[in-house]
Amino acid sequence: MQIGSINLREALPRTIWDWLIVIFLLLVAAFFLMPIYVMVVTGLKQAQNVSLSTMWQLPTQISGGGFAEAWRRLVPNLGNSLQLTIPATVFSSIIGAINGYIFSKWKFRGSNTLFALLVFGMFIPYQSILIPLIQFLEQIKLYGTIWGLIFVHVVYGLPICSLIFRNFFTNIPNELLEAARIDGAGVVRIFLLVMLPLALPAFVVVGIFQFTNVWNDFLFGVTILPTPSAQPVTVALNNLSGSFSVDWNVVMAGAVIVAMPTALIYILLGRFFVRGLLAGSVKG
Amino acid sequence: MPTATALVDRSRQVPVQSRKRRFSSDRFLPPLILLPSMAAIVTFVYVFILITIWVSLSRWGTLRMDWNIREPLFFTYQQMFAMPRWHADLRNVFVFTILFLSASIGFGLLLALFLDRRLLGHTILRNIFLFPYALSFIVTGITWRWIFNPETGINLLFDGLGINRWLVSIGAAPFKPGWTTDPSVLFSINDALGHVFPEAQKISVHLGIPIALIPVVVAACWQLTGFAMAMYIAGLATVPHDLREAARIDGASEFQVYTQVIMPLLRPVTVSTAIILGHVSLKIFDLIFAMTGTGPGFATDVPGIFVFDMTFKATRYNLGAAASIVMLLLVALVIVPYLWRSMRKT
Repeated sequence: MQIGSINLREALPRTIWDWLIVIFLLLVAAFFLMPIYVMVVTGLKQAQNVSLSTMWQLPTQISGGGFAEAWRRLVPNLGNSLQLTIPATVFSSIIGAINGYIFSKWKFRGSNTLFALLVFGMFIPYQSILIPLIQFLEQIKLYGTIWGLIFVHVVYGLPICSLIFRNFFTNIPNELLEAARIDGAGVVRIFLLVMLPLALPAFVVVGIFQFTNVWNDFLFGVTILPTPSAQPVTVALNNLSGSFSVDWNVVMAGAVIVAMPTALIYILLGRFFVRGLLAGSVKG
Repeated sequence: MPTATALVDRSRQVPVQSRKRRFSSDRFLPPLILLPSMAAIVTFVYVFILITIWVSLSRWGTLRMDWNIREPLFFTYQQMFAMPRWHADLRNVFVFTILFLSASIGFGLLLALFLDRRLLGHTILRNIFLFPYALSFIVTGITWRWIFNPETGINLLFDGLGINRWLVSIGAAPFKPGWTTDPSVLFSINDALGHVFPEAQKISVHLGIPIALIPVVVAACWQLTGFAMAMYIAGLATVPHDLREAARIDGASEFQVYTQVIMPLLRPVTVSTAIILGHVSLKIFDLIFAMTGTGPGFATDVPGIFVFDMTFKATRYNLGAAASIVMLLLVALVIVPYLWRSMRKT
């Protein structure tokens, strides 16, 4: 039975093995959804109903649960995270596009070595540069500020953003570039007039990837911003979960709130998200 | 591309001289454009690493900054490698890496192969499996800490499924692990090792699998198995269907098609996945920091947390720096050959 391009007969399990596979996959899916269920359900419970013995049960009454309290506590830090993530993502994407363009279309002697030097930067454990980094930020008076953290994310985001753009531009045919070159366009004009208009999908991929990276970062946030009121929301959530005066329904509601922006991006733009994540595997 | 053809047409009128001038600026501009970024990377990665190495060799072990080199050279490293906590950290990060890599890559491959049969609902299932990758390690850590709380969570589920009632009825003890609160170590090999190398008896920690580390492995797999799966799905898309058909026509069983045709073609994917997840695992910090911290008796402590504690809590900067350099070396051991190979290919 063929409907359009969908072959229904292939989609429906027919053999006993296929049925076993479907059952196995459904069980794994249940395992993957279980923590999400725990987060949301616990977050929706009232503090007095979060008893240890009823953890897996649905809330008995409908209410905002811990969400109001979590929101009140996290909202300043949510603001910090947005103020941090949006500029960092924009700057990283622009610089990454320029670098990726040069590394793919204007190779010169030694450019591949430079590229390898650049890419190694994304694999280092950031612990191994933190001490000089903090001293440097103190020197230029950016330690403890959001702009200092934006700067740090842009610098250490250079490798991955340049890499994704390089892989994207490599696939654009050279004929296009040659044609513009014969017309008298140089490095800059070819980038602005020929490459940029084509690069929208790559901007979406890098934008999503870098937004997720910066939003989810913890190490830089906790070390570069020591004042709690200035910290990004991941750090605030961790502090929230560490304080004994806070109930678990509030912590779980907080986890849902912190997860929401990147989760929404994933749900709405999943296709681009996957492309960004696969680009990290350094294929030339 | 209409713009491109228009450009070609007009090109015939461009005088040769101006083209020459263009081409010479095309020669020096590309390196010039890269200069700021490369200068930043050289400074913020390479020079900073050198400074950290210097700090690790210095006498800067208190709040008071001291850049003088500590005598004898590498003394801080010697001290560190004599610390029981550091032994536990190295054990944990290796045990964690092995368990996490084998589980996430094994399940990732299995899921990819099963989804590749394109049975009903395979798209939505794939999206569910990859979803945790989008979340922060902090969110994952906090949620799984609650799930592995020994008073509730998983243990409650065991009760609910009647496993403990059954165990008690046959006279066994109920299955109630302390999970993240349990300091004991499974499958300790110290005694066995002691028979072969008497030196091994000096090791201050039990070499085995700390129970408290198992929940962390589960949480890490929950978050990153989807990544391995996505890598394999992308790899499977490059295996031509004709090839499988040809093997089937030649009389290969379904199992043989997988082991003889598909698996060898997927080997490069396995290597990339293992290296990327391996370096994540050697650097692991946020997840454990949020989930268990150092754990009972340092059962879940890892170098990433050691560096953080020594540098930012104990202000023993040289010790923190030394540990971070060891982390860097471990990661470089994995990454540099990989980068070298993939760069040579292109």
